[in-house]
Amino acid sequence: MKAPAFHYERPSSRAEAFALLAQHGDEARVLAGGQSLMPILNMRLASPAVLVDINAIDNLAGISVAGDVLTVGAMTRHYQVAESAEIARHLPLIAEAMRHVAHAAIRNRGTFGGNLAMADPASEMPACCIALDAVMVIESAKGPRKLAAEQFFRGIFETALEPDELLVAVEFPIGQPGWRHGFMEFARRQGDYAIVGSAARFLVKQRRVADCRLVFFGVGDRPIRVQAAERTLCGPPPFAEAAATASAALAAELPEFADSLATAEMRHHLARVLFGRIITPFTADLD
Amino acid sequence: MSEARDSGAAIGRSVPRPRADRLLAGQGRFTDDISLPRMVHAAFLRSPHPHARIRSIDVAAAAQAPGVVRVVTGAEIAAQCKPYAGLHQLFSGMRVPDQVPMAVDVARWQGEPVAVVVAVSRAQAEDAVELIAVDWEPLASVVDPRAGAAPDAPVIHAALGTNVAYDGTVAHGDIDATLTAAAIIVEGDFTFGRHTGVCLETRSILADYRASDETLTVYESHQCPAQQQDIFARLLGLADNKVRVVCPDVGGAFGIKQQLYGDELAVCILSRLLRRPVKFVADRLESFTSDIHAREHRVKARLAVSADGRLLGLDVDDWFGIGAYSQYPRSSIGEGSHVLRITGAAYDLAAYRARMRMVLQNKNMVGHYRSVGHPIAIAVAETLIDDAARKLGIDPVEIRRRNYIAEAGYPHASHGGFVFEQLSLHACLDKIVALMDLPRLRREQDESRRKGVYLGIGLASFVELTGTGPDYYGKGEVRVSAQDGCMVKLEPSGKIRCFSSVTDQGQGVDTAIGQIVADMVGVPFDDVAVFSGDTEVSPYGGGAWASRGASMGGEAAVRAGRALRENILAVAGCVLQARPDELAIEQGAVVNAGDRRIRMTLAEVARIGYFRQDLLPAGMQPELSVVRHYVPHGRTFVATNGIQGSLVEVDPDTGFIRLLRHFVVHDGGTMINPMLVEEQIRGGVVQGLGAALYEEINYGTDGELTTGTMADYLVPMAFEMPDIDIGHVSVPLSGSELGAKGVGEAGTAGASAAVINAVNDALAPFDAHLTQLPMSPERVLRALRKIA
Repeated sequence: MKAPAFHYERPSSRAEAFALLAQHGDEARVLAGGQSLMPILNMRLASPAVLVDINAIDNLAGISVAGDVLTVGAMTRHYQVAESAEIARHLPLIAEAMRHVAHAAIRNRGTFGGNLAMADPASEMPACCIALDAVMVIESAKGPRKLAAEQFFRGIFETALEPDELLVAVEFPIGQPGWRHGFMEFARRQGDYAIVGSAARFLVKQRRVADCRLVFFGVGDRPIRVQAAERTLCGPPPFAEAAATASAALAAELPEFADSLATAEMRHHLARVLFGRIITPFTADLD
Repeated sequence: MSEARDSGAAIGRSVPRPRADRLLAGQGRFTDDISLPRMVHAAFLRSPHPHARIRSIDVAAAAQAPGVVRVVTGAEIAAQCKPYAGLHQLFSGMRVPDQVPMAVDVARWQGEPVAVVVAVSRAQAEDAVELIAVDWEPLASVVDPRAGAAPDAPVIHAALGTNVAYDGTVAHGDIDATLTAAAIIVEGDFTFGRHTGVCLETRSILADYRASDETLTVYESHQCPAQQQDIFARLLGLADNKVRVVCPDVGGAFGIKQQLYGDELAVCILSRLLRRPVKFVADRLESFTSDIHAREHRVKARLAVSADGRLLGLDVDDWFGIGAYSQYPRSSIGEGSHVLRITGAAYDLAAYRARMRMVLQNKNMVGHYRSVGHPIAIAVAETLIDDAARKLGIDPVEIRRRNYIAEAGYPHASHGGFVFEQLSLHACLDKIVALMDLPRLRREQDESRRKGVYLGIGLASFVELTGTGPDYYGKGEVRVSAQDGCMVKLEPSGKIRCFSSVTDQGQGVDTAIGQIVADMVGVPFDDVAVFSGDTEVSPYGGGAWASRGASMGGEAAVRAGRALRENILAVAGCVLQARPDELAIEQGAVVNAGDRRIRMTLAEVARIGYFRQDLLPAGMQPELSVVRHYVPHGRTFVATNGIQGSLVEVDPDTGFIRLLRHFVVHDGGTMINPMLVEEQIRGGVVQGLGAALYEEINYGTDGELTTGTMADYLVPMAFEMPDIDIGHVSVPLSGSELGAKGVGEAGTAGASAAVINAVNDALAPFDAHLTQLPMSPERVLRALRKIA
């Protein structure tokens, strides 16, 4: 379990990093917190020729609020997100979900952006980003571009990032009153990847769901936003009836995804249970 | 005994482990911390196939890779040593294959070493392993033990002509008639998943062969250094007085560092071939593929019960898969043997029959892991007893009390063929009922059920075989020593150095040995330094296994400590012009036996004994180092007992189980160090709870391993673990000086059975029932018929 030999680069600026990524393309892997990449290398599941370590680049980490946007730098460590007062105030969904992300030692080193760029389909943060309508800020030698989180995750360990691009930050819209969130996951042990999890938020107006996002993770090759269920929940009252309809139709919107953790049938069953438990706290306030 | 207690009473105190401070300070010295000049590293190419013929191996490219010293195939290694077989002569009819360190011509399990690269660094060795080209011809594999016994099954070892390595039956009374006549019969079809030990420190070895005087020194993460010395000498044709095995700090063992591994023997051979020190440290994937596995059993059992809840007879049929070979030297039969002989052992059964078939498979070897076989036997019997209680409407406490071996019935000849001298089953039951406050828990259970919260309460009684005596391996012609030894020496300062043959892998047995020696000699505990794990200086002995370190190694320490005290008093008597029986030793000083007045310090005795012999009478030879040994004569095992209780909450919608509380009442006889006893029990319980809910090594239908990482093999962590309350009943072991019985494996023995009973209790309102471990959410949902 020793990593195969690789060439190691530690750029000190974004420009330098972009140049390296442009030069090495597919042959390079970006090293952020290393909490997934290092085991992958040690198990020889990947053997990149070059590791581009972005830990020495300034201004990639940090949480900031400007107007209606909260920005999380890609190199912000999980523990910083978990402890951030800004996150707790503006993005309570993330604050809650962060408690389920791995263990303290991993959160100390693992990064927000690295986790998203790894795109593990059972990971919490990708689902949260979609549920929160986050925007991924991507940069390369060619310049910056922005992409909605929903467009970013493409499959198991697969994102919209080109080989020469770096995820530099994530922007979250904030300051819209009335949104409430729900988060829950079923994992065998605390800190494990979830068998099934869900990140959701609801805009409650006049005892009705005016808008919502309902995203499941661990159920497919990427986070799955169940838009039919969202539409049903926003439909005419009574809410209890809409919820029952959405629950019954939920499995049809989820892929058939099986692995050593669970069969597809088990996942669909748990997703239904999860759905019920996520919406339960809201039902008393809804007609 | 009373004399020992009076002298200082370290025995019975919760003395903290001196070793723990050193390990916590990061000053542990494990095998991988040792580096020698000219040392090289080995990495193995392991079979990717469960069963395949090796048509050819091309090592040319690997041999040319950077840093590579040598590439060696299994056939070349086999030519350098004698074959060996894990046979046990007590089990007539047992047939097992010969083994060599690595695969030759045919690989029989996925992970079997096939070729090995020795290079300047482990990374370079791994690089070169990828360049070895093997031409494989995959063969049909045997995965399920029952399929392996079928007449048309592929035969894994042609020389045996069958995959069935043993087929044996233990019978007592007329089970067929009992089953026919019984008011009710409860039956179960139990499936137990494979486990392994998951040591924090993986298997590690550093072999250093010196050609000039044909000396082999081996540093090895192992429980039994003397056994390894004997094996390496015999298999490699070396003189055993020139083979030294050192086990430095060992980071957990649990039985999986108790046997000979082919890759480790190969490392010794490589050192001799290359005349260089060779190191091998297993990585985590290698650990899952090649560390000893355990507990793959499929058991069908039927329990005959009278209408008033009397257990009448038990019929057990066990299929036991052991992988491609039988572990050496103990053999792999231990687990199956225990299922044959101790299922239902706590109960007085008029009729009993157990059949066990041990079957070879194309999987990694099964051997001994903490509480060998007991969790299987206990889970089968205890689940059926609760089923019977439920069916008859009898309380689980009551059905156990009614059926235990009668208090007046000791010594008891068990249905499995053992003699239980004295057990404390009733006392343990009474104590756990109080410890759990069972009536209150039952009320809470009723109240929460009304709120839709499903609590379950489970009990599991157990009888445990510990402290293996010479009648087991000795009579079985297995070279595993049931003896242990202890050397004690008075140092010139008056302090004591002790060398014990029992070894410490983190359990704290060296602390217990130190406490015993302190009391027996008459010095403060802090004045005794205990060492172990080096055959160069250690008295002969078995090492650490079968929960026998404190109970058996402790008896040797009693004898050695007393002998040293007598020798010290003989010297002191000469100096003080007193008869030795007029003197005693207390707190490191020679005192008058009568008024306890201090006469001289041990430092003064040592000064005279070592430097001023001119003051002693002519002919007085001070003997201030002594060695004593102990073997538990006349016993196959020391039987202990206990009971465990579990409180769980089952979520019937998700199938998730939460462990709320766990309880143990155990009879370990006299406790030398109550804190160590309790932490041993807690640690064992955690491994048993892992078995109940989490841990399972899975193989695919063709025998390919699918559990290769810590993300696949779920060991329980702090968050999942409940508080574990412990109570004690202490019936001292008769015929021993200390009265201590085994405790190290008790926690593992009964934990999973208590949890199954608790889960089935919680699920009773749904008419759902589990008989498969681990109880994953998926299996719970299936039992609830919520998924197919």
